[in-house]
Amino acid sequence: MSVMTATLPPAAAVRSVADIRRDFPILAREVHGRPLTYLDNTASSQKPIQVIEAMNRYYREMHANVHRGVHFLSETATAAYENARLRVARFINAPHPKQIIFTRNTTESLNLVAYSWGRAHLKPGDEVLITEMEHHSNIVPWQLVCEMTGATLRYVPITATGELDFEALPRLLTERTKVFAFTAMSNVLGTINPVAELVAQAHAVGAIAVVDGAQSVPHLATDVQALDVDFLAFSSHKMLGPTGIGVLYGRRSLLEAMPPFLGGGDMIREVKMSGSRWNELPYKFEAGTPAIAEAIGLAAAIEYLEGLGMDWVGAHERELTTYAWNRLHEVEGLRILGPEPARRGGLLAFVLGDIHPHDVAAILDQDGIAVRAGHHCAQPIHDHFGLVATTRASFYIYNTPEEIDRLVLGLYKAKALFDL
Amino acid sequence: MDDLYRENIIDHYRHPRNKGHLDHPDIRYHDVNPFCGDEITIELKLDGDRIVEAAFDGKGCAISQASASMLTEEVIGKTLDEVKAMSKDDILEMLGIPIGPVRMKCALLALKVLKAGVWGLEEWPE
Ligand SMILES: Cc1ncc(COP(=O)(O)O)c(C=O)c1O
Repeated sequence: MSVMTATLPPAAAVRSVADIRRDFPILAREVHGRPLTYLDNTASSQKPIQVIEAMNRYYREMHANVHRGVHFLSETATAAYENARLRVARFINAPHPKQIIFTRNTTESLNLVAYSWGRAHLKPGDEVLITEMEHHSNIVPWQLVCEMTGATLRYVPITATGELDFEALPRLLTERTKVFAFTAMSNVLGTINPVAELVAQAHAVGAIAVVDGAQSVPHLATDVQALDVDFLAFSSHKMLGPTGIGVLYGRRSLLEAMPPFLGGGDMIREVKMSGSRWNELPYKFEAGTPAIAEAIGLAAAIEYLEGLGMDWVGAHERELTTYAWNRLHEVEGLRILGPEPARRGGLLAFVLGDIHPHDVAAILDQDGIAVRAGHHCAQPIHDHFGLVATTRASFYIYNTPEEIDRLVLGLYKAKALFDL
Repeated sequence: MDDLYRENIIDHYRHPRNKGHLDHPDIRYHDVNPFCGDEITIELKLDGDRIVEAAFDGKGCAISQASASMLTEEVIGKTLDEVKAMSKDDILEMLGIPIGPVRMKCALLALKVLKAGVWGLEEWPE
């Protein structure tokens, strides 16, 4: 599709990190007079110029509402929007682009499943199984839907190393379980869960498997057919794309049988005063004018990631994570949550003695180092470990070992200041 | 950085004044900052409407806990009306450090708890 051939060249297959960094204008800025060290990628990634330009170009040259006009611009915008859907479908190896529903973010994608599928199928006596390591966005929608339907919510516990307690699973995953919803990668522990195996176990008891891919899709190659997931949710803003757009992938037969989530324009085939008939997939689930520029931005982000190769992305992060793991362990009094580097993604949440994580983050911020402090929208994990908060450093394609060295220096500063 | 974590902040955090509980306080109030998980309880003993003893308990970041420690020192000897008249600026002056918008809630939690107690609010059931 000609509208998507960006003016900028796609990222070359093998590039130095220094070269990649030049694509990210924000990485050249200073914070408090220091070079920015951005280690908050789990919360949201930065954007390469290719994404920013693709969105600018859309607004400069192509904008009109989609699916409605017969004029040139509307057709151009529709083609670009639908092409973005195609790119997303290919990126996760979905059988058909119809199975890609654009939402606002992971949170909305998970709510869509909980409300639309959950309200139609759950009843008293049924169980929804989630895990203790979920982000609030994969807890609260299920709490709400269980309250509405009378179903019971159960949690798979986690072990001391921050992994799912597989011994407890057979007791919890039973014929009563109608949904097993779990994260592919924890945003606090870093734990990478064995998605295909968990999906197979869910299917063996007749449950559907809903996977929170917010942390996995940006960092690991994802094949929804190989994993056999029923639903997969993820956010553009964590994978180099803009905020305001997310994805729900769904198994076609399930999506087709589900009632709509939101009502309005675009999602209907026919509206009569007596009632309406729904549009076909994916539009049944995309009520109202969608985030068109954002979809195009997401497609550019995917193109960028594919240019690097997801294998390279994963390898780069593993290298950084191992380096950071070793360096952080040199800091006396520092404790990292979750499993060792071989079994985790590119993030490390830790506590430093009795220094409150907000103080750690504030001290690092003075040196231009951006980390996250708090419960990271995962209070049950923190409760499990008896903590209110942790400090989290997280990595992406543009991070370097030197940045991790800066982080470690900053942690020594914090220790000195607090007499630790 | 030395701005935000001046010695007196660290000192009050590491060696909090009036930390603990009073026997039979006349006023007690507890509140949390759900965003950070900071927690503060303040207890006061009165002679008429004058504060004669103050204590705090809590956990959280250095800013929130130092602020509570300093505040208990500050209010002993004050009347309830004087406490009611205390403002955000009084706290910022007392802390003597620049507080950005994100940490403002930490800095002001102790004042919020103190004022709620002094105005006689019922504690929010947990
Ligand atoms: C594991 C996980 N799930 C869900 C979310 C929610 O993502 P969003 O805020 O984009 O909806 C996040 C992001 O913080 C996350 O890390």
